[in-house]
Parts: sequence; C-alpha cells; structure tokens
Amino acid sequence: KCLFHTEGLFKPEKKKKKNFDMKNAVIGNNRQKANLIVLGAVPRLLYLLQQSSSSLELRTECAVVLGSLSMGTENNIKSLVDCHIIPALLQGLLCSDLIFIEACLRCLRTIFISPVTPVQLLYTDPTVIPHLMSLLSRSQHTQEYITQIFAHCCKTPEHQTVLFNHGAIQNIAPLLISPSYKVRMQALKCFSVLAYENAQVSMTLVNVLVDGEQLSQVFVRMMQRDKPIEMQLTAAKCLTYMCRAGAIRTDDNCIVLKTLPCLVRMCSKERLLEERVEGAETLAYLMEPDIELQRIASVTDHLVSMLADYFKYPSSVSAITDIKRLDHDLKHAHELRQAAFKLYASLGSNDEDIRKKITETENMMDRIVSGLSESSIKVRLAAVRCLHSLSRSVQQLRTSFHDHAVWKPLMKLLQNAPDEVLVMASSTLCNLLLEFSPSKEPILESGVIELLCSLTQSDSPALRVNGIWALMNMAFQADQKVKVEIVQALGTEQLFRLLSDPDTNVLMKTLGLLRNLLSTRPHIDQIMSSHGKQIMQAVTLILEGEHSIEVKEQTLCILANIADGNTAKELIMTNDDMLQKIKYYMGHSNVKLQLAATFCISNLIWNEEDGSQERQDKLREMGFVDILHKLTQASDPNLCDRAKTAMQQYLA
Amino acid sequence: LQYPHATVEPLLSGISLRCSDWYNRLGAGSLLTGDPAFNYQEHELNERLKRLYPAVNEEETPLPRSWSPKDKYSYIGLSQNNLRVHYKGHGKNHKDAASVRATHPIPAACGIYYFEVKIVSKGRDGYMGIGLSAQGDNMNRLPGWDKHSYGYHGDDGHSFCSSGTGQPYGPTFTTGDVIGCCVNLINNTCFYTKNGHSLGNKLSALSFCPCLSFQPNLYPTVGLQTPGEIVDANFGQQPFVFDIEDYMSEWRAKIHSMIARFPIGERLGDWQAVLQNMVSSYLVHHGYCATAMTFARATETMIQEDQTSIKNRQRIQKLVLAGRVGEAIDATQQLYPGLLEHDPNLLFMLKCRQFVEMVNGTDSEVRCFSARSPKSQDSYPGSPNLSPRHGATNAHLHNTGADSPTCSNGVTPTNKNKSHNKYTGVSSASASSSPSSSPSSVNYSESNSTDSTKSQPHSATSNQETSDSEMEIEAEHYSNGVTESSTRIMNGTYKHQEILQADDNSVGNGVADDSCSSRQLCGGNQAATERMIQFGRELQALSEQLCRQYGKNATHKKMLQDAFSLLAYSDPWNCPVGQQLDPMQREAICSALNSAILESQNLPKQPPLMLALGQATECVQLMAKVRSGSCSFARVDNFLH
Repeated sequence: KCLFHTEGLFKPEKKKKKNFDMKNAVIGNNRQKANLIVLGAVPRLLYLLQQSSSSLELRTECAVVLGSLSMGTENNIKSLVDCHIIPALLQGLLCSDLIFIEACLRCLRTIFISPVTPVQLLYTDPTVIPHLMSLLSRSQHTQEYITQIFAHCCKTPEHQTVLFNHGAIQNIAPLLISPSYKVRMQALKCFSVLAYENAQVSMTLVNVLVDGEQLSQVFVRMMQRDKPIEMQLTAAKCLTYMCRAGAIRTDDNCIVLKTLPCLVRMCSKERLLEERVEGAETLAYLMEPDIELQRIASVTDHLVSMLADYFKYPSSVSAITDIKRLDHDLKHAHELRQAAFKLYASLGSNDEDIRKKITETENMMDRIVSGLSESSIKVRLAAVRCLHSLSRSVQQLRTSFHDHAVWKPLMKLLQNAPDEVLVMASSTLCNLLLEFSPSKEPILESGVIELLCSLTQSDSPALRVNGIWALMNMAFQADQKVKVEIVQALGTEQLFRLLSDPDTNVLMKTLGLLRNLLSTRPHIDQIMSSHGKQIMQAVTLILEGEHSIEVKEQTLCILANIADGNTAKELIMTNDDMLQKIKYYMGHSNVKLQLAATFCISNLIWNEEDGSQERQDKLREMGFVDILHKLTQASDPNLCDRAKTAMQQYLA
Repeated sequence: LQYPHATVEPLLSGISLRCSDWYNRLGAGSLLTGDPAFNYQEHELNERLKRLYPAVNEEETPLPRSWSPKDKYSYIGLSQNNLRVHYKGHGKNHKDAASVRATHPIPAACGIYYFEVKIVSKGRDGYMGIGLSAQGDNMNRLPGWDKHSYGYHGDDGHSFCSSGTGQPYGPTFTTGDVIGCCVNLINNTCFYTKNGHSLGNKLSALSFCPCLSFQPNLYPTVGLQTPGEIVDANFGQQPFVFDIEDYMSEWRAKIHSMIARFPIGERLGDWQAVLQNMVSSYLVHHGYCATAMTFARATETMIQEDQTSIKNRQRIQKLVLAGRVGEAIDATQQLYPGLLEHDPNLLFMLKCRQFVEMVNGTDSEVRCFSARSPKSQDSYPGSPNLSPRHGATNAHLHNTGADSPTCSNGVTPTNKNKSHNKYTGVSSASASSSPSSSPSSVNYSESNSTDSTKSQPHSATSNQETSDSEMEIEAEHYSNGVTESSTRIMNGTYKHQEILQADDNSVGNGVADDSCSSRQLCGGNQAATERMIQFGRELQALSEQLCRQYGKNATHKKMLQDAFSLLAYSDPWNCPVGQQLDPMQREAICSALNSAILESQNLPKQPPLMLALGQATECVQLMAKVRSGSCSFARVDNFLH
C-alpha cells in the first residue's frame, strides 16, 4: 500500500518532507515500522541525526521518527540496537538544544525499557551517567525520561554504586515533589531499585531531606490510601528495602503502622493481579527476619485467608465467560501462587500459632503438595520454602505433614532439581528426618541415604551442610542397621573429607553425625573396631588444628563417647598423646571444653567396667587426679559436679 | 444605645420596643461567646469531629461524645466525664453481662464512623465486647448477642453478629490494647482494629442488613462481664491509634472517581449541549450580555432572550446594586409596565430598600440634593457587579457557589489596568478607615472595574453610551455610600466643614457630637433628610394600604420596622440593624426583581445552573436522611472551586 522511498532521504531538499511523511506513516503501525527498518531507513536516519551540518529541525525529526520506530515490536528494537542507535542518541544528548535532547531521550527511554536491550549499554561510556544527571535539571520531560531509564537499568549492585557515586540521590530526591505525576512516579521507582539490598544507599536515603521533610515521611505520604496504587506500592517497596538494609528499624511506626498495612492492602482481592503479586512478595521480604511484624501481619485484614484466594486462578468463572480474562489469569496464576507461598513461608517462619493458622487454611497442605510438583520452577521453589517454614513446627511435623505424606513429593523434588530448589528441599528433609517425625521411617525406606550422601559431595556448601545435617538427624538414636548403612554409603573417605571441609557448618554437622553414630556402647565398639584408627586420627587432627571452641567441644564429646565403649576405650588409653590432649583441655580456660574433657576422663575411670582399676592407676600416674581435685573447686557448678563424680570413682 | 429623637418619633411608633429587643439579643450573644468554661479537650474533640465528619449537621443528628448514664445496665459504672466504664456486678456468668451505649446514634452523614476503646484492665476474665447496638436492645447482654447488635469479644477474639455464637475473627485482646470499631455506612460493613491495625472485614460474617433503611440507628456500645474490667472510650477526644483519616481518604477518592467516571455512554453530545446551555443561561440570567454573546458564538448555541431585554435587565440590576432603587423602580415601571403593580410585595420590598438607601445617601431622591456633576447624573453606572457573591451572611440558594464570571472574553479596554488600580486604591483606603464596613465593598469595587470592561462597547441603548472615565466616577459614587466615607464627600465637591454644618443645623439628632462618625444620614443634607422622612411616611402609608388590601403581613411589618429602626441611632452604620445598609443586602432584592422580570417574560426565574446546584445540594441532604453514607464524601462544595 504505502511504499517508502528511502532514497528520498538522500536528497537534501526532500529530506524534511520525507521525514514528515515517514513520521505520520509509521505512527501506530507496527507493520510500517518493520517495513521501514527492512528498507534500511535506520542507518540513514542515524546518519542525518549525527550530522551536525543538518538543521536542528531535521535532526529532531529524525530522533522523533526513530522514537516512533522503537515503539514497535521487540524485533524492531533489536534492529535499532544492532544499528548502534544507543551511542548515536547518547551522543545527541551533548547538543544544547532542549527539544532535540528530549526527542533523543524519549527514544532512548523506549529502547532501554525494552527487555531485549542490554542494560550494560548505558554504562559502557563512563561520561554518560554524569551527563544524564546534569540533564535532570533541564525540563520535566528530561526528568521523566532519565529517571525512567535509571529505574530500568539499575539491575546489579554495581549499577547501584555507579548511580549512587554520581549523585543519583541528591539529584533525584527533589523530583519526588515535582508537580508532574510521571516524574514523581519515576523518581520513586529509581529509589526503590537503588535501595534494594543496598545498605549504603539506604543509609544515605534516611538522612535526605526533601523540602525540609525526611524522605521516609515523603514515602509515607505517597502511601496514603487516596494515592494511586502504583505509587503506594512503590513507596512501600522503598521503605521495605530501606528497612531490610538496616536503615529503618522494624519497630518504626512508618514500617509497623504504614508500610506493613499498605502492603497487606496490596494483597487484597480489589487489587490487580500484578499488584497482588508484588505486594505479597514485598511483604514477605519485609517481615522475613522479624517475628513481631509476622505476628502483626498475620492478624491484619485476615491476610492468611486473603492469601488463599491467590490459588483460585484461573477461576472457573473466567474460563467460561471470556477467553481474554482466562488468558490473563493463566499468565498470572503461577506468579500468584509462588507469591502466596513466599508470603506464607515468611509469615510462618517463627511463630507456632501462625504456622497452625496457615496449615488450617482451606486445603493449604494439598496446595503445597501440588505446588511441589508444578511445572514452574518458581512455584516449586516457593512451595518448598513454605513447606520448610512450616516444617519448623514439631506439631505440624507430627500431624499435617504426616497426614499429607509431604515427603513423597519432596523426595521426588530432590531428584534432578536445580540447586536452589535442592537447598530448600534438603533443608526441609532435615526437619522431616527428626527423630520424632513420623515421616522418618517411610523416608528411610525410600532410599534417601544414597541421595543425601551424594549431596555431601556437592560443590555448594549449603547442599553439603544439608546433606550431612540430614544424615546426622537420621543417625540420632537410630538402629545399628541404619548407622551401618550410613557409614557404608558415605564411606570413610568421604567422612574424613568432610571433617576437613572449609565450611565450619559442614564440619560441625559431620562431627554431630559421628557423635550420633558413636552412641550406645555396642555401636561404639562396632564402629570403632572397623574405623577406630581413622577416627582417632581425625580427632587428633581437629584437636590440634585451629578450630572454634564449638568444634573442639564437639570433638571432645566424640572422644567422651569413644571412652564409653567397652573396647573402644583402649584406643584412647593406649594413646598417651591423646591423654595429654585431654589433660590439656581439662585445664583450658573455656568451661565447655573443660567439661567435655572431664566427661571423657570420667568415662575412662568408671568403676563398674572391666579394667577400670588399671585405667585409674595409669591416669593417676599421669596426674589426672590432681587436676580433678582442682576442678572440684571450680566455680562452674556443672564442672564441679562432674569432677566430684569422677573423683568418687577413685574413692569407691 | 441612643433613644429615638423627638422629631422622628411620630413616624417611628414602637421603635423603643425594638431597641430593647436588640439589647436583649446582644446580651444573649455576649453571654454565649464569653463563656470561659470551654476546656481544651472539648475544643480538641469538636475540632476533630468537625474534621472527620464535615457532612454531619449536629443540630439534627448529634455525634456520640460519651457513654450515656441513662442508657446502661445497672452493673455498669461510669466515671471521668462518662468516658470510663467499669464493671460492678457479680460477674458469675453470662447473665451478669452489662452494656452501655453512647449518648447518640451514629449519624449516616458520617459516611464512615470510628471510635476506639482502650482496655485499662481486663479484670478477672476479660469478657469484654466492643461494638454496636440499636436503641432498645437489652443492656443485660454483651454487644453482638442480640438482633441489630455487633461485637468483637476480647476473650476469644470472635466476632458476634446478632447471634449468641461468635465466629473466629481476630486475635484476643487484653489489658493495654486499644480496640477500634469502624462503621462504613457506604458499603454497610464494619471492621475492628487492634492497636492501630485493621483486622479486616469478613464480608460474609460482618455485613449488615443489605438494605440499610431497615437498619435501625446504631450506637457505639461496650459490654463487660467480670469484676475489675475497666475500659476508656475515645470518641475523638484524643488522636486515634488507627489512621482513620487515611481510610476515609480512600473512600473519598473512590466516591469522587465514581462520580468523575459516571458513565454517560453515547450521550456525550447531549451532555455537552446541556452544559453549554447551563452556562449560557446563567450568563443571560445575570445579564452578562457580552460574555453570553461571545459564549454563544463560540459554542454555536442560541440565546433565547433578545439582547435588548438582557440589557434592560442589566441596567435595572445595576441601579439596584448601586443603591439607586428609586431609579430602578422607575425604569422597571417604564420598561415593564404593570409588573410592579401586579406584585405589590416586590414593590414594597423595593420601596423599603429605597428608604434604606436614602438613609445611606445613595438613592437618587436624596442624592439630587447634593451638587453632582450633571454628566454623571443621567448616566448609569459602568457596570456594578451583578453576580451574586458567596456571602457568609447570605446563605441564599441563589448565592451558593455562584462565581462572578468576570472574564472579559477578550474585550479588554486599554485603560483596564488603570481603572482597576484606582478602585483598589479607593477601597483599600476605605477599608482601613472604617473597619466596620463590610468586606464585600472591597470586592465590589474591584469587580466593578473588571466588569466594566465587557459590557460597555458598542452598546446600542442610549444610556450605556458612557465613556470609561465616567464609569469610573460613577462606580465610585455607587460604592461610596459606605466605602468612601473616609473623605465624607460624595463626589469631591463638598467640603468637610460644610457637611458638618449642615448636620448641626438640620438634623441635630446627636450625630454632630460624634465627630468620629464617618457617615452622614442622607449624605448629610437637610433637604435630603426631609425628603427621606417624607418618603418614610409614604412608605408607611403604602404599608397600611397593603395591609387593608391583603391583610396583615408579618414580613412587611418587620421589614418596615427594621428600616425605620435605622433612624433610632446616631450612627446607623454602627447599630444593631446597621447591616441593612451594607451594599451586599442589595443583592437579594436585586435578584428578586430580576427573577420577577424574567418570569413576566415567561423565562425561568432562576438559572438552570442554580436549580441544578440546589437540587444536588438537596439530594445530598436527602441521602443523609435515608441513611446513605456516601453522601458524606459527595458534598456539593467539594466540587465547587
């Protein structure tokens, strides 16, 4: 229909006319835009735009046409970016003419807010950000476009730092009270992306004054209920991020009485699906570390039952009535579900009553169970997070978890899941393997040991910890059979590798596993008879190494357990070096270590056992009695008691 | 207070009575405002209630301010200005429950109502209920147990809605907690708050009877059941813990956007035409001829009335507003013969006003005694302000919300600024010299100057052909009855002393002694005063004649008495009836005359815009009566700027 004669652009006298025609032809017509790009108009327009010899009017028209082209499809934007439109437009910003600058900025804005544009392009030339900052004072349009670009292109801590170092806060703060709503809104969005998980920015923000008013108060005003939802939500995000970054206390009124209720309102049925998702996610993030906020939120506006509605999309009504609505609902259904799971997880992370309330919500456990096997990884992850949060409750582990056999989908989830899911799932599994959990038995039967052992070989410390932790829980007061199975499956090599793990948590849990394995006399003797040498080596190594008090205490406890064995005792008694170590720790400045070492000695000299006399004699020779005697005078009552009991063994 | 002078006494029978009347009223007034026992909390409460519930007319529907000592069960004790409630029964079981209601029910015009209760002590078991109940409900119960009663109970956190069994609602509450109850009369729901946090409304559980007209008036209610329970109410005495104003702002915004987005569908064109018609008819009604014409041209609409007629009305109105009522009567009789004859009430009103204007010294019958420039004698005022003003004293329907559209639609004469400055100069001078004069006089002269810019050019009627400069002078005259007092000269020809002399010789009713007095009766001219008295007698005669013809008329009598009372004071401008002399008082009669003329021409006596406004205002008031809560956020004055 409409054919473009791009060559017209090369004839000076026709340029303007052509441009004008082009502009009108492409506005609102994606096909024409694509046509024009295919015909090669972009390089020509860019050439004209960059020619300082062409008239400003023409250059502005070029920027306008390019702006219009960029409003098209994602493919259009890709072609534009491929033609190096960004450096050309950024170069254009150096011109002094405001109209031209605004046209360039408008086009840049449209390109940068597209998901297909690499945001890094904004930061390649280090002079760009300072120049954009300086343009903020030029007009409301430049303010709107630039803040919108910043808000979309600040994706990493590095970006935050670059913007912060170029005075983003001082330059953008005054825009929060701009007469233009768009400017206020984009400025607000800038602050929300700048403050996210950034303590430096957040700490600076609390001290900023806008027209004599504290920034947090400006945000509070923006959360007033008659303000547009978008503004309320974004302001609540800003305050949430500032709070999480430690710049605002969690008991501050602006959090407790303003931000939290505002975010709860965002979860209500009246809000759009997108808003409900964002509101729930932000709220979950806000109260994650604070039990008081969790308690308040749990009673505000019936949040717990309000969230149950998040699972009702697409509703049966939308499927029948109109296809458009169904499409919309479907698109957001996953997002809604994962947001609700996240919020439940956050709500229930500390308080037993809240957990109870959540599990009592209609079909909650069923929803989690089906969430664990959903196709969307986001939903799966959120569901398992929620499950993990609830699994911290002894009562729930005993009741609803068992009733709904959550271990089944959980085990399934553990097969071939990405690491982040694995971390949460294995963490939950740790709790399900607790001794009192009725799920422990069926899980054991499902061959979980192999899986957990393979986790301990993972590169991720979190997975290693969870794997060994779960094994530790499993070994607690377990049958001999299970213990042997664990040792066999794990292999001593791996066990000792874990004992030299750089991650203290892994080390601690491995020691815990050892301790659990080495409990009850027959088990001790059996394991020590097969692995005694290695274990004693490992213990020596740890006691000699640079380790924390907790690690050494745990190790001494293992030693005490070994000393409780019938045959295992000899491994210590014949090891003078080890006895010297125990002696050393009995005189240590830390009471916990003294106590553990004394335990060990006490076990060695225990009267009723075979050969106790010889052991007592040997130890008396080594000077242990004197030490014990000294310890009976210790100020710590536990230590004192323990030493006295040990002394009694000699007296009897 | 001055007693009436002997010379005027025969004319003014019964005036002393009126004086004592005024005396009494004055006394009562001063007693009222001088009462010092207005404590701070009371003031705070009043301020907060006014801010929260601006739509509530407390004379009709008072707001709850405390618990009622009459409307309570005997186990309830009240203290601390009836704000603290304590339990004094046995508290053995639910049969010992006791409630108290607030003094008044919640008015529907609140839209959203809120009160808070602080738990001072939970007593033995903390069986406390906070909520609402209807008049006549059994007080030997906790709120929520009976029909038309709703309550949130502290021991179990359940909500009771007219039922003995509650539903799980929120957390429990105890000593130190602040519990709030919010009634939303727009969507007929209710929710509670705890320590400033909304606990939300479970619609199914808490919604009221869907049709609120069946819902009786609800009272804030609190119920206690075990010994030691003490609660304090906050009906607005203190700031609320929950941000109720924020909640209200959301609903205000909702209702305003509902109004703004009222669907008009296909009828967009019709609406535009209606609106244009309203504007146009308003302009025509008040005689803004040039503006109306320009508007009609711009919107391509028709004007029903012809231009000459508009201008005639405008002329007459200008005369009335300028205080030249006599001339206005003549002009009316000449242009609309028979009109006043058929409306003796209006004629009488006009004559009364004419008399007042004579006292004022502005009516031409007395002004002709003063030497005036002949030029201005037969010229009409440029254009005094014809539009009704927002007057605090004038709550007349015509006046509500009518702005004076002084925009000149581009017909701006070159000397506009000059004249404007001059007027402001004059009026501000007068304002400083005579603080008692009405503030409206300032507005008058200012708007005169801008008004004069639009009506004068190319006017066909002879009388309008005055130049701008003349109009300035005229305008000065017209406002001078009150405002130009500082010079004591009508139009610059008299000297100060001459007036004083004239005063001493002719009137001698004590005015002269008061050298501070800035204004002179009838402009201070003896002949004028005589004419005034003569006119007074004629007026009296007219009154008697009307009385014979149509029977007694209390309004007339009062009007006449008020007018004559002016003469009873040495300084009529500063006397209890002196308000009559305020030029603003001309507006009512001016609009009555205008309406009468329009009616006689078979045109609406009120502009449709005003009718619509009046109807909207009435409608909102009616909504409050039928208990539709949204009226509180849809007030007409919210939309007038």
